[in-house]
Amino acid sequence: MTRATTLLALGVLIAAILSVAAGKVWVPLDAWTAADPRSIIIVELRLPRTILALAVGAALGMSGAAMQGYLRNPLADPGLFGVSSGAAFGAVCSLYFGYAAQTWLLPGFALFGAAATMAALALIAGRSGSLILFTLAGMILTSITGSLTALALSLAPTPFAASEIMTWLMGALTDRSWNEVVVSVPLIVLGMAVLARTARSLDALTLGEQAARSMGVDPHRLQLAVIVGVALTVGASVAAAGVIGFVGLIVPHLVRPFAGHRPSATLLPAALGGALLLTVADSLVRLAPTVSELRLGIAMSMLGGPFFLYLLISMRRRLA
Amino acid sequence: MSVLAAEGISLVLGGKRVLESVDAVFSGGRVTALLGSNGAGKSSLLACLAGLHAPEAGRATLGGAEVRAMPAPARARRIGFLPQAADVHWNIDVATLVALGRLPWRGRWGETAADRAAAEAALAATGMTAFARRGVEHLSGGERARALLARVLAGEPEWLLADEPLASLDPAHQLEVGAQLRAVAAGGSGVVLVVHDLNLAARLADDVVLLRDGRVVAAGAAEDVLTAALVGATYGLTVETGVTATGQRYIVPVGRPG
Repeated sequence: MTRATTLLALGVLIAAILSVAAGKVWVPLDAWTAADPRSIIIVELRLPRTILALAVGAALGMSGAAMQGYLRNPLADPGLFGVSSGAAFGAVCSLYFGYAAQTWLLPGFALFGAAATMAALALIAGRSGSLILFTLAGMILTSITGSLTALALSLAPTPFAASEIMTWLMGALTDRSWNEVVVSVPLIVLGMAVLARTARSLDALTLGEQAARSMGVDPHRLQLAVIVGVALTVGASVAAAGVIGFVGLIVPHLVRPFAGHRPSATLLPAALGGALLLTVADSLVRLAPTVSELRLGIAMSMLGGPFFLYLLISMRRRLA
Repeated sequence: MSVLAAEGISLVLGGKRVLESVDAVFSGGRVTALLGSNGAGKSSLLACLAGLHAPEAGRATLGGAEVRAMPAPARARRIGFLPQAADVHWNIDVATLVALGRLPWRGRWGETAADRAAAEAALAATGMTAFARRGVEHLSGGERARALLARVLAGEPEWLLADEPLASLDPAHQLEVGAQLRAVAAGGSGVVLVVHDLNLAARLADDVVLLRDGRVVAAGAAEDVLTAALVGATYGLTVETGVTATGQRYIVPVGRPG
């Protein structure tokens, strides 16, 4: 483990502890025992929320790093595959039909949406292993699921359902419970394990597709692993927290100068960086003096948009 | 040293027949040049030999075993392939780039002392040790070509298959990288090159395979194959050949016949 990775891991640990303590009610460490009445805030609200922030952040950061390595494009984002908008459409369907009252149905629908988009992507891209076909298919699926989501919103049966859909689409970790942890975290861990296994192939891809194949990389297996890994991590993240953009785009960039440019070297630091970013951001939106809590998804977009612009401007000289 | 061979290879790519019953035998410890006009099937034949294309008929064999039937990591350890495109998609440093050549050897627990030694030897063999910490984006064309060659050499392959490794280099670097390729063959590995420059082929190659429209026109020792008649027939050109004062053979295309 490099020094940067160790520092990041330490940062994640500190952020996690502070995140459990911080909120509208500050709960100091000595009040975390069962004897203190405030411990119920810790156990029932803060702990699951912090665990989800850590898991979702790590999932988005790592899948972003894997996507950028696979597509060999620093502007790639897990959202490109259409998996997150597919998962969002699944969740929106459950809200549209009013199924979301049952705890398991919304994440279940979101995961089904992610899996269906993934299957469609695999079917369209076929066994070609072609990067262009794959990216275009992902973009088209994003656009289709996006318009279906808009359709569901415009045809929402009641104003309440419409507002619920709108709020959910903004992405947040407010009022999450252990149910979301139980549903999402194991899938995120599984997805991250699948992505971790692509590390060596992603490194070989640095030299182009033909060189990678000559080095023993099977492009079909790699593509399948990336699809499954991203679908599990991003699908489970959307199921837990709604759509939170830009983490997968920003974090790999932030860690790359310290971790080295080799794709495999960025996977773990990007996971840690994502966990750190989302945990800190979620603590800050909780602490922000707004009437209703600032949505995490909006906060990340407010951060991500300007960052994207900065990235483009800094790359402009090289691209022009 | 095992023998690499194309046995009756026919290949169709994108609906177009690019190779037609190609037979060729390549010997270890020698440099073989694949020559022919654009679209003659040189790169396709090289990729078939590396096991990267599935031929419609025939097969590529290494020591009698079919290349495509070999497990991918085992094949990658024995056959090093240097593609024409000098792609390096991230600004990794030269040492990291060369270490990628060890991926087929890499065990579950990462880099071993043998991996590091092989990568260092490859850097030294290509004269790139001083550039080890430099990012690939900051290399000149010649340095980049040497770094990419070092990547393949780090894998210590029995066979080095290179698709136009000299194409983007100036004459001085062509001679330099050419000498490194000859040194690889002198070390016992087999080297197969796709080359466009006839004079470079005459200078570097022990053996030559001439291709035209996906078929072998002639194959054998360079001095027997690089004749005005055979080269002329391959390219559809009138060709003059000769020997310089220092004993270097040269081949000059002078125009279309008639």
